[in-house]
Parts: sequence; structure tokens; C-alpha cells
Amino acid sequence: MSVDLKTVKRVAHLARIAVSEDDAQRMTGELNAILGFVEQLNEVDVSGVEPMTSVTPMEMKKRVDAVTDGGKAADIVANAPATDENFFLVPKVVE
Amino acid sequence: MTDLTRLTIAEAREKLRGKEITASELTNAYVSAIEQANPTFNAYVATTPDKAREMAKASDAKLAKGEGGALEGIPLGIKDLFATEGVHTQACSHVLDGFEPRYESTVTANLWADGAVMLGKLNMDEFAMGSSNETSYYGPVVNPWRRSRVQTTVKPTFHDGGSGFVRPGGVEESRSYDNMQLVPGGSSGGSAAAVSAFLCAGATATDTGGSIRQPAAFTGTVGIKPTYGRVSRWGTVAFASSLDQAGPIARDVRDAAILLKSMASVDAKDTTSVDLPVPDYEAAIGKSVKGMKIGIPREYRVDGMPDDIEALWQKGIAWLKDAGAEIVDISLPHTKYALPAYYIVAPAEASSNLARYDGVRYGLRVPGKDIIEMYENTRAAGFGREVKRRIMIGTYVLSAGYYDAYYLQAQKVRTLIKRDFELAFAAGVDVILTPATPSAAFGIADQDMAADPVKMYLNDIFTVTVNMAGLPGIAVPAGLDGHGLPLGLQLIGRPFDEETLFQTAHVIEQAAGRFQPEKWW
Repeated sequence: MSVDLKTVKRVAHLARIAVSEDDAQRMTGELNAILGFVEQLNEVDVSGVEPMTSVTPMEMKKRVDAVTDGGKAADIVANAPATDENFFLVPKVVE
Repeated sequence: MTDLTRLTIAEAREKLRGKEITASELTNAYVSAIEQANPTFNAYVATTPDKAREMAKASDAKLAKGEGGALEGIPLGIKDLFATEGVHTQACSHVLDGFEPRYESTVTANLWADGAVMLGKLNMDEFAMGSSNETSYYGPVVNPWRRSRVQTTVKPTFHDGGSGFVRPGGVEESRSYDNMQLVPGGSSGGSAAAVSAFLCAGATATDTGGSIRQPAAFTGTVGIKPTYGRVSRWGTVAFASSLDQAGPIARDVRDAAILLKSMASVDAKDTTSVDLPVPDYEAAIGKSVKGMKIGIPREYRVDGMPDDIEALWQKGIAWLKDAGAEIVDISLPHTKYALPAYYIVAPAEASSNLARYDGVRYGLRVPGKDIIEMYENTRAAGFGREVKRRIMIGTYVLSAGYYDAYYLQAQKVRTLIKRDFELAFAAGVDVILTPATPSAAFGIADQDMAADPVKMYLNDIFTVTVNMAGLPGIAVPAGLDGHGLPLGLQLIGRPFDEETLFQTAHVIEQAAGRFQPEKWW
């Protein structure tokens, strides 16, 4: 399978990465080189093979449903580019 | 006075405990070495000399009372991927511009609890995506090793007719060095270069497809990627969560064992951290490999592999045989599919993990006319080319209609790769010996690699299988190529059997000797 320019632009939008026409052109070639490389996986007979879900056989750890951390609003917003009174500020999303 | 930066961790530990040296002296030696040499290597992207001196002072107070942890007073470099409270943590990406976490990763917290001293944060490929350290926002790292060739000069016998003095002639050998700058490998290029150039006693690193073992092989250092789940991933910037694992890069096998003991832990904050006590890895060093079964996988003999690598592999086999191990040929039939499967699984997980960099919670923000455009502009400006490429591949293979063809197929192939190893171990193989990389270090801005991303990906051909199967793997220096550059061998072990890797790697180290670059900086 290979991708065309239109698909690359659609994927870039899905990935929320702005691309110029030149970027999209270049990426089309690069992505097709990688997709061409991974194509050989189709040679492998995987009938009856379960997809891997966990590389180490282990049971998911569980813990008591209790509050163990918190009260750190100031720490959480400390690195944000724009904040106001411990809220993250973003461009208007609701008219 | 001897150069304190030349001491291994084990040697420094002994001198610190014996009060022959102080942690402050040792730290100051490294701080000066970094000041002098970092402009040459670009191994550190942030240094913390004040913090280092403060930590060393605290270590000295403990050592004076005969107290202190396993790494008391040992100065370390930390890969920029580990969250360090109040200190530069950007995964060498522009998108995390100015990020200084308010928390400490489990790995670094473990090291500080054991008394280690932080020298600073080490350069790396952006978000650990790369095999040459060239994708870093902070620029490439220079390998302390340079290509060289041996020149022989024949000197004739000298006779002085008058006095009758005779100076016998002979052949003199000297090395002439090439000035071309080489990469230290990646993604843990800063870690490997700093350890190799004596700019830290040891370093933390991470490995998703070979990012500890390949740079270790390129710099003549020892690097181990532990079993998935052995080292907590909490507070380590995520790349591909089912593959990422932290480990040390060190000057020798013993130092790697000492560091891993401190880095590894059982951590409630990481649900994939395994509930197994951390063994004393150092105790495995010096044990015989007599009677051990060493598997040699035929699929690792790839087309176009340089003769130097094949010869190195044969030397490794001979050393282990001489030490009493039994050599058995094995087959790991799905080896060739590991790299293509990796380039689906890793980008898929990365596209999901890197969705968080949106210009809202941390780092860079580039404005746009609405919130979507703000996201798109921020990510376009913040991520480098390789990272964008992988996010795009990941987004594509996970998008509607393609999931089964790519991701599901790759995860099934991954099951088969893991099964290959399980069958070999079930047949009695204790450890598998392979080359660590298909070549020695290459030049910075290599034209072939730059033109074709897949060519760069092939660097991980021998290491990536280990991540796909979640196994432990160690790279140990074993010789030099025809240009005088270090080459490494890789040992792959059973899950959670890092001890056997240290034990076997030590036997190779004893036979091969240690490799250090000639100081030119």
C-alpha cells in the first residue's frame, strides 16, 4: 500500500501537525519508503496467531481505590504556556 | 595526582569508602572535565554543577561517618528523557521548551537515594527517535573515537663509522587519526559519549529498539537493556510504552551491574513494573560459564555484513568456548520481520504518546486562529522531521480501515518473534550471542543515511528483536575494526535473567580487554 499527497495531508491533520505543500510532498516519498519496507510483513503466515497484548506475562496490578495524591494544582499548571488562577488558558472553543 | 575521572565506579567507590578521596574532589574533577570538553562533544545539554557540588558535600558528610548508599558520591549523567525536579527535561525536543518538572522519575529518585551525584542532562535523539543522536534539537554529539590507521615506518640500522656506534633499525608503528567527526550512535548518544570521554562515571539511558546497546557498541562502553518491567518507566518521557526500558551505560561490566542494581525497583507507580526482588547483579561477575549453553542464531548472519563484524562474532564464540561453554547453532526464523514490525508498533504507540504535546499544558505554544490551528502550529514548530515522520506513520497505521492490515498484523508477528526466543530457551539455551550492530560508528551527516530513513533504521537490526520480545540484552565491547573503531557483541538472556548476562559479558570483557579512546580533546 502507498499513500498519495491527499492522504498525507489528511493524516497530518489527524495528527494535528501543520504541513506546507513542500512538507507534504517530501513526506509522501518518505512515508512510502517506510510503508514499502514494512510490506514484507504480509509474507508471514499468522493464521491462528494471537496478537501480542503484553510482552511480559503478568497480571495487571491493582490497588485500593483511594486518593493517594493530589492538591497540587499549582504544580500541575507550573509549566503551562498560559494560565490564570490554576486554569489552563486556551483560545476560545465555544462561541 | 591521578586523573579521578579515569576511575571506574567500583574503583571510586573503594577510594571514597577508604577516605582516599572525597566525593567533592571527584565531583569537581568531572565538573572541570565537562567545562573543558563539552563544547567539543555536545554531550550535555544542561549542566548542574552547583547541585552536583551540594550533593557531593552531603555524600562526604555521610562517608565521613562510615555511612552512605551503594552509589554514595558517584557522579552520573542523566539522559534528558528522565524527569528531574526543577532541572531541564525536554527529551531534546523543542516542543518541551523550558519544561522543568515538579517531580522526579523513579529511576533518578532511586539513584539519588543511593547517594549518586547529578552532573547534568545528556543529549539524545529527539524523543529517543534515532540511531545517531542527529535528531536532537540541540544538535549532534561527537563520538570521542576517531578513525585511524596504523602507519609503519622502517628505520634502517645506523652505523657511525667514526665511533663504531650501531643503532639497530626496525619497524615503528604509529597511528594517524582522521579528523572526520563520527556519531556516537543513538538515541542515547550523549550518555555513551559522556561515559566514553570520561565526562561522567556512568550514565542513565533508555532503549526502545537499541538505543542503549547501539551507542554503547559505537563508543566502546557497556550498555544493558533490562527485561521489560525490571526498571520503572514512571517519570520517563514515553516513546513506545510496550518497548521502552531504561538501563545504564558504563565503562565496564561491573559498573553496569552496580548501576542497574540501583536503577531497578518494584514500583507501584508503574503498573508494568514487575514484583520481583532486585538481585545483587555484581555477585554474578566472576562466575564461570562452564557448561553454559550459548546459542548462535544463524539468521543474524546478514547479507553485506562487514568481515570485521563476522570475525568479531567468531572471536566471541571462541572466547566462550575456551571458557568452557557449549556452543549450539540455533534458529530464530522470524528475525528479519522484527524491524518492519517495530516500525509499525513503535510509531503507533509514539503517535498516541506524543498527542499530549499540544501547547496547552507544557512547553512550546505557537498561536493560531483557533485552538485546532494552535495545536497544528505548535506541533509543526515543536517536533523535528524524524518525530513528525513517526507520528505520521503511527497515525496512518492506526487510522480507520488500516488497523488490521498494519497494527494487528505487526502484533501477531511480534508474538511469533517472541515464540522463536521461547523455543530456543526451552531447548536449553542459556544465552544468545550476536553482534551488537551491523557496522562501526559512521560519520555525522552521512549522505546515505540522510537520503533514506530506512537505512538509518537498519542500525537496529540486531537489537530490535530483543525489545519486541521484552528480553534483556547487553552490549559489551569486544574489539576494534580495521579503522581502530570499537565494535560490540550482544548477549540476549531469558526474561529477568540479567545475572547470566553480566556473568557472560564479564567473560568476554576479560578476554577482549577494555577499550578507551586516545585523548585528543
